[in-house]
Parts: sequence; C-alpha cells; structure tokens
Amino acid sequence: MNKLVFRLVALLSGLLFGIGMAISGMIEPQKVIGFLDITGEWDPSLAFVMGGALLVFMPSYFLLIKPRQLSVSKEALPCATNLKVDARLISGSMIFGLGWGLAGICPGPVVTSLALGNAGIVLFFIAMLTGSIMTKVIIERLDSGPDLIETLS
Amino acid sequence: MLSTIPWLSLIGGITLGISATLLLMMNGKTAGISGILNGILTPKKGDYSWRILFVVGMVTGGVLSIGVIGIAPPDLQGISLPLLVIAGTLVGIGTRLANGCTSGHGICGLGRLSTRSIVATCVFMFVAGVTVFVRLHWL
Repeated sequence: MNKLVFRLVALLSGLLFGIGMAISGMIEPQKVIGFLDITGEWDPSLAFVMGGALLVFMPSYFLLIKPRQLSVSKEALPCATNLKVDARLISGSMIFGLGWGLAGICPGPVVTSLALGNAGIVLFFIAMLTGSIMTKVIIERLDSGPDLIETLS
Repeated sequence: MLSTIPWLSLIGGITLGISATLLLMMNGKTAGISGILNGILTPKKGDYSWRILFVVGMVTGGVLSIGVIGIAPPDLQGISLPLLVIAGTLVGIGTRLANGCTSGHGICGLGRLSTRSIVATCVFMFVAGVTVFVRLHWL
C-alpha cells in the first residue's frame, strides 16, 4: 500500500469518527452524564453507541482482521507490549474516570468539537494535553530509575 | 418499543465501529483518540502524519455534522471554567497512564477482548458513575 492510500485512509477514518461521534450525541456532555447518572434520569444512549461500535468492530476484528495477522498496509497488528493489568492501568483508569465523570467530556468528543468555536472545549483540550505531557515526563523519569521522591523534589 | 431505541446513537456508534475497523484493517492502527493525540505530543519518526490527518478528519467531521447534518453543538453552560481545567487535566493524566480512553479501551480494546481493556473500561465506567453520583446526588 502506498503512502497516499495510507494517509487517505487515516483522513477518511478520522472523518467517519468525527461524524459518528457527533451523530451519536456523545459530544453533548449532558448525554454522557445522563448515562453515568444511573440513579437519576437514566439515558441509555451511550450504551447504544458502544454497542453499535462493537457490533461492527468485534466481528470484523475476529473474522477479517485477526486471521490475517497483518493489516492491508502490511503492518503487524498493534499488540500491546504490556499485557499485564498493572497499577498504571488501574490508577490511570480511575483518574480518567474521575475526570470524565466531572465534566462528561473525553478525548473523542473534545477533538470532534474542536473547531466549533467553543472556548470551554478548547480549554479542556489544552488542559488535557498538558496533563498528558506532565504525566509522560514523570513516567519517563520514574522508568529511568531515580527515586520517586527525588523525581518529585 | 422501537421508538425507545436511541437510533441516532446506534447509527453514530456503528459509524464509529466502521471507522475503527477501517483504520485497523487497512493501516494497522488503533482508533484510540488519547493514543493518537499522545503520538502527536511525543512523536516517533514515521508514525506521525497519519495521526495529524486522522485528527483533521475528526475535526472536519465535527464541523460537517454541525454545519451540514444539523447536529447540535455541545453546550457547556453548566460546567465552570475551573472544573473544565481540572477535568481536562485529569483526563489527560489518566488516559496517558492507562494508555487509552473510551475509544481505545472501550471500543477497540473491548472489541478484541483484551483483558487490559476490559479491566480499564470497568474501572473508568465505575469511577465515572460514582463521580456523577457524588456530584449530582450527594454533594
């Protein structure tokens, strides 16, 4: 597969993702909160979003993608180098869950809404990138050996 | 009964599934938005331009959906600026640590029956639910 096709696929896939995200209603934080608010007026929409996505993705993966072991572009399928359920996964998921529950916004909706002229979305996006970079810096220092306390001081 | 199914959400989800399938089948890449962004923030040679294009596609998709299809843009009126900053920062930290988010773990990971993703999704769904409960019904 040549570079142009690879890039066009990325662009098209992104376009579909943005459209799907918008149509699904998930760019609206209230709809997300409505799903997470199980003891309140429950809005099951998010379940249908994930269900719809898995309805397509899961069979496609197992029937069409996994057996080939290679993508059409001849890349090996992404395989996590870390297969363990470790502290980072769990603590990260907890922190992400907290952030997501606070505003009902996560990466997909925020990127989809980036050019809609909403200052709050842009602010969230910048904060998100900042948090990510900060964390990467700290992780890298931790992984290269020095004491945690040394790193933080 | 049929009228209680949120059809737009289902169709949107199916579209997301098609997107993720396309990206993985053709390019061998995971449609996990936090991961795609992180690969732009900390770029690796040869693994960069497709991410920019994907994001450009997403942003365009958003604009087209609002401008052409007529989807309502997000309404953040109930959320204060400090809360947006805090929530955003936490999402950035958490998705970097967990190496994924609702699309990465929740769709692509679950779709491959990845144990890590199943655990991650259960954890963040639970914590998000508790957070909403505390914020709306307790405080």
